[in-house]
Amino acid sequence: MDFQEIINQLPYSKPFLFVDRLDHVDENGVIGVYTFSEDHSFYQGHFKSFPVTPGVILTECCAQIGLVCLGIFLIKNEKDDAGAQVAFSSSHMEFLLPVFPGETVRVKSEKIYFRFQKLKCKVFLYNEKNQLVCKGELAGMLTNKGNG
Amino acid sequence: MPSDHYTQLQEIIKPYLPEDVSVSEIKEESHFINELNINSANLVDIILDVEDAFDIVLENEDMEKMQTVSDALAIINAKLEGKD
Repeated sequence: MDFQEIINQLPYSKPFLFVDRLDHVDENGVIGVYTFSEDHSFYQGHFKSFPVTPGVILTECCAQIGLVCLGIFLIKNEKDDAGAQVAFSSSHMEFLLPVFPGETVRVKSEKIYFRFQKLKCKVFLYNEKNQLVCKGELAGMLTNKGNG
Repeated sequence: MPSDHYTQLQEIIKPYLPEDVSVSEIKEESHFINELNINSANLVDIILDVEDAFDIVLENEDMEKMQTVSDALAIINAKLEGKD
């Protein structure tokens, strides 16, 4: 399966799509890249005259690349059906460094398990200097569209 | 013994109960999602813990049948019988 096809199947669009490119996908994990454009509206308020990417947005970026892109790949592998329905079910994240507007980050995920439609992953987000920015565990429920 | 399985299952369910549901509310007829307020993601974790605790493997159809605590006990007993 083509990496771009996975991105096309994501249920997100601008300004809430946080995946630019996937560099690697297999059944055990994903590596993907995203650049935080300075135009994002959240920088106007987080923080007042000191723009820093909010932790929830970093978590979202990790979830879209690490969990949802991997989930789409895994579901595609199981059944040749179109589109995945996703529900974020839990997150546990630690944040180590800030990400400023314009920075490019790389997300790496490692599957812990995918069973009974629940995908749980370890995720790691690195900056351009290859420093670990945040890490954690994310889980979500994935179902094929039209399959309930 | 099934009553032991029940106690064991209660222990497995306990950490996944929401704050407003107490262990004493776990009854054999309790529905995991509608009565114990366990979400489907946590129900998967309960199933994975059940697999580890009883050394059995559950399938998608077992998950679909597992609506109540007694459904879970019936599935556990059936799997354990099938093992020997």
